[in-house]
Amino acid sequence: MDESKLLYAESHEWVSESEGQCTIGITRFAVEQLTDIVYVELPEVGKTLSKGDPFGVIESVKAVSDLYAPVAGEIIETNTAVVDDPSILTEDPYDKGWMIKIKIVEPVDASSLLDKAAYDAKIQGDAGH
Amino acid sequence: MDKDQSTELLFDLSQPGRRAARFPAIDVPTTPVDSVFGADDLAEESPPLPELAEIDVVRHFTNLSTRNMSVDTNFYPLGSCTMKYNPKRNERLASLPQFADLHPYQPDATHQGMLRLLFDLEAMIGEISGLDAVCLQPAAGAHGELTALLVAASYFRKSGQARTKVLIPDSAHGTNPSSAHLAGFDCVQVASDQRGLVDMNDLRAKIDGDVAVFMITNPNTIGLFDHQIVEIASLIHEAGGLMYLDGANMNAILGQTRPGDFGIDLMHFNPHKTFSGPHGGGGPGAGPIAVRGMLEPFLPTPRIAERDGQWRLDFDRPDSIGRVRSFFGNTGVLVRAYCYIRTHGAEGLKSVSTNAVLNANYLLSLVKDFLPVPHGDRCMHEFVASASGLHKSRGVRTMDIAKRLLDRGYHAPTVYFPLVVPEAMMIEPTETESKETLEQFADVLREIIEEPAELLQQAPHTLGISRPDEVRAARKPVLRWQAST
Repeated sequence: MDESKLLYAESHEWVSESEGQCTIGITRFAVEQLTDIVYVELPEVGKTLSKGDPFGVIESVKAVSDLYAPVAGEIIETNTAVVDDPSILTEDPYDKGWMIKIKIVEPVDASSLLDKAAYDAKIQGDAGH
Repeated sequence: MDKDQSTELLFDLSQPGRRAARFPAIDVPTTPVDSVFGADDLAEESPPLPELAEIDVVRHFTNLSTRNMSVDTNFYPLGSCTMKYNPKRNERLASLPQFADLHPYQPDATHQGMLRLLFDLEAMIGEISGLDAVCLQPAAGAHGELTALLVAASYFRKSGQARTKVLIPDSAHGTNPSSAHLAGFDCVQVASDQRGLVDMNDLRAKIDGDVAVFMITNPNTIGLFDHQIVEIASLIHEAGGLMYLDGANMNAILGQTRPGDFGIDLMHFNPHKTFSGPHGGGGPGAGPIAVRGMLEPFLPTPRIAERDGQWRLDFDRPDSIGRVRSFFGNTGVLVRAYCYIRTHGAEGLKSVSTNAVLNANYLLSLVKDFLPVPHGDRCMHEFVASASGLHKSRGVRTMDIAKRLLDRGYHAPTVYFPLVVPEAMMIEPTETESKETLEQFADVLREIIEEPAELLQQAPHTLGISRPDEVRAARKPVLRWQAST
């Protein structure tokens, strides 16, 4: 994935849209904040999500966090490799570390998400906090 | 690490036939066991218990105990846990056979002393909390939370209100949402503002007629007293909800203010933090709760009742949520709490919190110049520093500093909590530490931060156990001993 073309949620998920589908994962910043990731739980294929719905859980040695859907749609595929080996997220959060693919009903409203520059500005603030 | 009698399991040390004691031959008639029980009730083989001499067991546990870090051996600034020194006197008093050897099935008339002690302790905790009724039985703080929320749920049910929500700030202890969920409520998170206090706009937006309880920790987990508490309480009360206080941080406000006076309706105490109950160890513990009068009918059974100088256990409580613990809870912990409160008295408890806050602020003033404390220059009984800058500039994380502190003879502070502070290091010195200890700790912390990143990232270096692989421990835990084949 080209990070500069992705859209980002405030809750640190990234989303990539292509031909009526969205691929979703979490950002490198989120992975670094979580430190060593222990478990990832992803939903069943076929489940329908509204924007902002929790779709999974990520657990690190530090904390347990929900994963939130940055866009609405039906889950058509999940990345079980990440569930089997969460260290993939540390190595490659944007390609091998994708989490779910969603079939969307309407195009992603880019104004409801952040672009790379806006997301980078946000995490600068978070980290220096 | 070399294997020795403290690291080898008792099962590994076992030798067939080895015993700590040998009994003389039986000189009375015996009955075969299979004539007493049916053959179906008997196990086919003996359980695999280790066979050991007394000295094997003594050496094993004595050596194991020397690997422990405790308040009795090291400074232990574990934020949120209030690891103060517990006077040995309270241990001795709680061990008196008149307390320790009581049987819970004794008739009330034969343990009047214990009943009176517990009855008086309820009154003292009521006075400290500024609330009307106290239940001592919950077995831990989180159990107290659950019990109190079940009391609240019964209260609303009795008055015909179907309230479903519990509001919880994002800086809360994780037990709060767990307890609310177990008690059947839905949890709604309330944001913190830039200062680390409850974000009033977010709170207002989330208050509605479905709110049953607002759970707040005050002072909060960042070590700040939320001065908006009276306003928060009036907003919640206007909406018909109840105010719950997580009493984890009572050590900061004992005798200075009372939760009941700032609008709290129900709360729990953690005697292992505040009143010299044994720290940690997995229990047995206690988590007394205090409630306003209108909630009293719903408290667990039994209640201690007094009439004409006689104390008895009262089970006739039609609106009670029922039992939450066998017998009367873990009374040994409660005896220690009683001794602690009586020993200090009102003025003494007030100086406990004065000194806890003074010590934390002194340590904060020593630390903040080399380890930033994002939420300001003043705190209550604890403060939260952040290694976020160090992480960015040198790749050193809070975990690395914490591990290196172990090398230098200090228990690590609480790390990565609260979640609202990145690379958090939560430091609580407590009132029982001297000025010299605080200064030495700050000096060591400064030295550690100046050490090479690589040294810190591989710490600890001097302990018997190096840094464990936490991911593997979580994903592939070895929970059961199995005989080597």
